[in-house]
Amino acid sequence: MTTVGAPVRRREDYRFLTGQGTYTDDINRPNQLYAYILRSPHAHARIDGIDSAAAAKAPGVVAVFTGKDMAADGVGGLPCGWLVHSKDGSPMKEPPHPPLAIDRVRHVGDPVAVVIGETLAQAREAADLVEIDYGEEPAVVDPAEALKPTAPLVFSDVPGNLCYDWSLGDLAAVDAAFARAARIVKLDLVNNRLVPNAMEPRAAIGEFYRATGEYTLFTTSQNPHVIRLLMGAFVLHIPEAKLRVVAPDVGGGFGSKIYHYAEEAIVTWAAGKLRRPVKWTAERSESFMSDAHGRDHVTHVELALDADAKFLALKVSTIANMGAYLSTFAPCIPTYLYGTLLAGTYPTPAIYVETKAVFTHTVPVDAYRGAGRPEATFLLERIVDLAADELGIDPAELRRRNFIPADAFPYQTPVALQYDSGDYQTTLEMATSAADYAGCEERRRAAMARGKLRGIGIATYIEACGIAPSAVVGSLGARAGLYESAAIRVHPTGSVTVMTGSHSHGQGHETTFSQLVADRLGIPIENVEIVHGDTAKIPYGMGTNGSRSLAVGGTAIVKAMDKVIAKGKKIAAHLLEAAEADIEFADGKFTVAGTDRSKTLGEVALTAYVPHNYPEDLEPGLDETAFYDPKNFTFPSGAYVAEVEIDPETGRLEIVNFTAADDFGNIINPMIVAGQVHGGLAQGIGQAVLEGCVYDKATGQLLTGSYNDYAMPRADDLPSFRLSTHATPCTHNPLGVKGCGEAGAIGAPAALTNAIVDALRPLGVRHVDMPATPEKLWRVIQQHRSPLAAE
Amino acid sequence: MQKTVSLTVNGRPVSATVEGRTLLVQLLREQLGLTGTHVGCDTSQCGACVVHVDGEAVKSCTLLALQAEGRSVLTIEGVATGDTLHPMQEAFRNNHALQCGFCTPGMVMSALDLVKNNPNPTEREVREYLEGNLCRCTGYHTIVLAILEGAAVMRGEAPPANVHGAAAE
Repeated sequence: MTTVGAPVRRREDYRFLTGQGTYTDDINRPNQLYAYILRSPHAHARIDGIDSAAAAKAPGVVAVFTGKDMAADGVGGLPCGWLVHSKDGSPMKEPPHPPLAIDRVRHVGDPVAVVIGETLAQAREAADLVEIDYGEEPAVVDPAEALKPTAPLVFSDVPGNLCYDWSLGDLAAVDAAFARAARIVKLDLVNNRLVPNAMEPRAAIGEFYRATGEYTLFTTSQNPHVIRLLMGAFVLHIPEAKLRVVAPDVGGGFGSKIYHYAEEAIVTWAAGKLRRPVKWTAERSESFMSDAHGRDHVTHVELALDADAKFLALKVSTIANMGAYLSTFAPCIPTYLYGTLLAGTYPTPAIYVETKAVFTHTVPVDAYRGAGRPEATFLLERIVDLAADELGIDPAELRRRNFIPADAFPYQTPVALQYDSGDYQTTLEMATSAADYAGCEERRRAAMARGKLRGIGIATYIEACGIAPSAVVGSLGARAGLYESAAIRVHPTGSVTVMTGSHSHGQGHETTFSQLVADRLGIPIENVEIVHGDTAKIPYGMGTNGSRSLAVGGTAIVKAMDKVIAKGKKIAAHLLEAAEADIEFADGKFTVAGTDRSKTLGEVALTAYVPHNYPEDLEPGLDETAFYDPKNFTFPSGAYVAEVEIDPETGRLEIVNFTAADDFGNIINPMIVAGQVHGGLAQGIGQAVLEGCVYDKATGQLLTGSYNDYAMPRADDLPSFRLSTHATPCTHNPLGVKGCGEAGAIGAPAALTNAIVDALRPLGVRHVDMPATPEKLWRVIQQHRSPLAAE
Repeated sequence: MQKTVSLTVNGRPVSATVEGRTLLVQLLREQLGLTGTHVGCDTSQCGACVVHVDGEAVKSCTLLALQAEGRSVLTIEGVATGDTLHPMQEAFRNNHALQCGFCTPGMVMSALDLVKNNPNPTEREVREYLEGNLCRCTGYHTIVLAILEGAAVMRGEAPPANVHGAAAE
């Protein structure tokens, strides 16, 4: 019986619920040393000298290394995986990023030296003895400030701190549409900087085997093969065959564990130097100043509408903060994962977007759950709401009037993407009905009677997932293909091991993939084992990001199963003395069509490994590998409705309702999908009302450097969520699946901000920047109240 | 300065030599190999390290190992009976109340402490009690459901209808 579509409880839960998970910091290697990394306390400073003599002599210290030591040994800089070109055709500025800073530090937390000791306590104590002579220099942390001619330069050879000045779309068509528009709506907004904060801090253990010359790196990564490629080929120059990267149980990623980080290279290199394993585990305060951050855009947007309130054109100008160095995926986030999404769910015929990416003295910024798409959705759904307000049209009605119709697919947007499927009217209808959108006015009046300001907000979204067709992204500047791999090993008695290039760090692949394989091969789910996260075991693959695991990784598994079944048919045909073309495979059995003569998968597998009676021209074994390169992105979509109440006396906000209706295409495990939506919503709500990474503009100090200062969503900050799904299957992968991991984080910030602005509309408020904390709301309310009070 | 500390962990008497500054969580993870108790922050905010000391929930990053002298510590490894999950662990599984699993041990230990003190909590009480435990994966939605279910089963009641209709595989 199939379990596809059933809420199968997760196979990985038992080990996590009993404390038997194996995260990187749970691993200890014999004779292991501990690394403590000294980090810059300054946002910008020269390194005029480092004296580590006293530290090197401290008890238990085995070595102290600096950036110059690594450079002298030929260690390269951390590479960037994308090359974006400016609108004038010039390549982006790509300054070097040494694992340990040399000569100059560029953000608070920039690693400067590593102390390696017999115990962590000894290494940490000795770090106090390292004398670093810093020459402090002025810093810039704000992306708009960084472009000003007077701004301090992050790199002396990057004028204006400008990494690239990119554009997409037809400016002339946009300008023409604006010239004939009946109305133009404009908005300036900020997309707040976020710290991803997976609950497991990053960790890495490097190990060197003297007898074989092989290295192993255990690391908290979403994509071990990518780390092996980047670190092996570009940083440490270790051939792949001599480098194994293991990403065991990983405690959340949300994008922040995609990238190749300095610490991975440091411990691996040091393990080779010292011939002993070297372990590093981030303290949370280190995570705040060394994990790649997310978002951080400053944007001006204009929407042109005709007399029927149809969208004519959209014009967007964004300044995106790259931080002090280019992280692995960074350049593609505010460009190809942002500008290409600006059509949203609407057939706006002309769109133009330009993005200036700038260096600042802050932690590098890269993909964080949603990655570009939350920024695109936020500005689009805010400007649509603002247009509705200015035109006096209900926001749901304005959206309905403008949606791409369900019969218009495939739909080619003016910003490169071709949507394969979707049904935006239906998901909006589902969300607004479930949320009783129509009854909001009554609830607003009731709240007013209680002295509360109540508002409701809608956001629709589209995202490009299933990242990504290699040829397409290659032409856009990706330096790697983004296909996925799978190997299916059918064992002699018919149980199956699946080696997948996808990586689970909470997504439940061991369960979903097992459901998929058990269904297709007609075997019990207990007979399927999923292996991931170890380059020594799995074929080369790209890991998990961009909601790609099922759409791309799952399809690779399907393709590998197809090969297993095709070979099995040859074996079964031989055993059953039938023509191969007459063999059908279903429910775990190879059957001669129209007869009851059959062989089970187990019998066929045993024959493949004990080929005494076997087709002459066929090789033994039943072990197949497939690579799948998607033909297109997938396009999940949906509609969210948020309802809030604000206490005008305190600015305190309560989310009284949050309703989601998503289209993820076909679903294998609805329970896991719901969990993905919940988590995304929590992060989106966190961005909207709680979270904001703050740097001091004068000193460049990170002010939100711990959980005491950075407001993580807690259980009593969040509502229960009301979810539903509607499936328009993806047309270009065999599973019809789209991806669900990022939706919540993409749609929630706009829905919630729209609800907040709706609540404050009676005061004349037209926009509130995120995060809408009680303090910010209180100030906004006070500012807008005072003229009224004076009257 | 090294000292010997003797305590009971998951019902088993243990002794270890620790420094004065060694935290209980370090003793558990690094010396006793009980790596189910996790460290997710350095400001006693995240709750991934919650254990029970003499029956009370404690963030084991806030207690020195020496302060556990003579006391009885229960960690996540000691919650199940043999291979049989505790009803609270089972409820977490039924409700998909864990994703990456990193906060999970602390969540379960906190949930057990909540139910001990308040056997029949409301949803609001569960949410407020969880203030000291951070989860970045679930949005807490299913954790709250799991704790309500676990509490019901621990009271001897039939579990509430499962929101997912979760199926055993």
